[in-house]
Amino acid sequence: MADAVLRTERLTKHFGGLAAVNDVSLEFYTDQIHAVIGPNGAGKTTLTSLLSGDLVSTSGSIYLDGEDIAGLSADRISQRGVGRSYQKTNIFLPFTAFENCRLAAQSRLPSSMRFTRPALRYADVSREALRALAEVGLEHRAQEPAAALSHGEQRQLEIAMTLATRPRILLLDEPLAGMGGEESARMVELLQKLKCAHAMMLVEHDMDAVFALADRLTVMVNGSVLESGTPDQIRASAAVQEAYLGSEEQHS
Amino acid sequence: MRSPRAATVVLLVCLLALALLPLVAEKYYIQLFTKMMIMAIFAMSLDLLVGYSGLVSLGHAAFFGLAGYSLAFAAPQYEAANLWLSLPLAMAGSGLLALVIGVLVLRTSGIYFIMVTLAFAQMVFFLFHDTKIAGGADGIYVYAKPVAAIAGWEPFTLENHTQFYFVVLVLLVLVYAFLRMLLASLFGRVIVGIRVNEQRMRSLGYRTFRYKLACFTIAGALAGMAGYFAAAQFGFVSPDILGWHQSGGVLMMVILGGMGTLNGAILGAFAMMLLELGFQGLPAMGGVDIGKHWQLLMGGFIVFAVLLLPHGLLGLGRLASRLLRKPAEEAADG
Repeated sequence: MADAVLRTERLTKHFGGLAAVNDVSLEFYTDQIHAVIGPNGAGKTTLTSLLSGDLVSTSGSIYLDGEDIAGLSADRISQRGVGRSYQKTNIFLPFTAFENCRLAAQSRLPSSMRFTRPALRYADVSREALRALAEVGLEHRAQEPAAALSHGEQRQLEIAMTLATRPRILLLDEPLAGMGGEESARMVELLQKLKCAHAMMLVEHDMDAVFALADRLTVMVNGSVLESGTPDQIRASAAVQEAYLGSEEQHS
Repeated sequence: MRSPRAATVVLLVCLLALALLPLVAEKYYIQLFTKMMIMAIFAMSLDLLVGYSGLVSLGHAAFFGLAGYSLAFAAPQYEAANLWLSLPLAMAGSGLLALVIGVLVLRTSGIYFIMVTLAFAQMVFFLFHDTKIAGGADGIYVYAKPVAAIAGWEPFTLENHTQFYFVVLVLLVLVYAFLRMLLASLFGRVIVGIRVNEQRMRSLGYRTFRYKLACFTIAGALAGMAGYFAAAQFGFVSPDILGWHQSGGVLMMVILGGMGTLNGAILGAFAMMLLELGFQGLPAMGGVDIGKHWQLLMGGFIVFAVLLLPHGLLGLGRLASRLLRKPAEEAADG
């Protein structure tokens, strides 16, 4: 197998005395969806934020193409091809859906210190924005203000913005949260398609989607990796049964 | 929805009125409107920060005032400065000061940003107030207006108040057009994005600090343009033009007119200065000299405007156009 595109080594993040992420070593490969699951508070979103540069780790390393990127700012990590979508919808509400994606696509120009030519005359950027919107199925809503979109559509827009930056690695934090059945199915189909060209980390609570999509699964509990393996291995794991899947079945 | 065409027509009518004003107005009013247009340029430069980038600066007068002093330095004693040389230099000086202050203050945000911009502007204020650089607290005269000579040929003279007026009017239009262009550019889209959601801009790969710094510098240089002409018109510079009163005044203009719209900034500048005159001119009533206490009335008006017009005076225009359109629409529907 080829080298991992993204790899963490003993990655740790402390908030005061709490180890939100503890000694996590994971690998992400192109053509693979690596799902990270675990109960609330397991440290999945914190892990995502460490990988995207929104948070700085306490110790450990993050290797992107073999180079340690731990400690780099979020904008630099983004420019190196890591795209993140947020669990809590994080978009530009007053702007149109199109402008949200256009801004995202614009970030890939060498510089935005351009003061004269109107932004809308950069045809490549606009085309890229429309492509991303079409990819998630929002092209018919392009001219709507993001604030006027439904919750599910805002989630789709969130993904479209990430795609418009042309990332090689996608960090998707609960992309399906709050989506209706049809939107969900469409998103699962999209993620399946995106897998070919991207390495993907998928944090998700929807177990049907996770087991349908994931090539590799990591279960986190209390900031640590409990188990990591193929979906079949995880399903068979006694530790996981006890700590996570089992307990959830008892609840339901 | 407000049609952009109606707004353009209103704008052109206002411009035409300003262009024709010197034909009918007396010298006093020409000079008054010159001053208002200078303040409108100042207000637009601040609106670029407050309204578009979300950077509420309470120290914008530092850049305005420094350019005024630059002119005073460029015109020692009775010698006039050359406009073509001293104006760019004054603007560059203000821009440079903004760049230096910006590097330090743009690391903060929110209320801290307001406090440190104020603190730095006060440092500049006391530099001129407490030292003998330029007359200290007494200020310094600019005896001669800058001359616009190019190799002996003078296309216009600022000594003539009507020509001064037209020069400022042209600059007002140029600054307006420049900012419109800027806001439509890639750079403009980035700074507005930063105001709406800076964290997301970073995660999209933008190094937001650079863009904020560039914006702060441009705003400083434009404030410098206004300060230069304010000093040239008034013929006198004192530390007051650098002080927090001045910074607060221009901020009120922007808020009163409507933040985040260039038209609002211009409207706010005009409205504030006309109101000030109107309140000052009120006659004594019942033994109380109301005009003397104009600031009380002004304060009341601002409170009233902020409470009732969240989008500033410009919001009033929008409201009016909506009310006017409603009956027409109903007629069309019926």
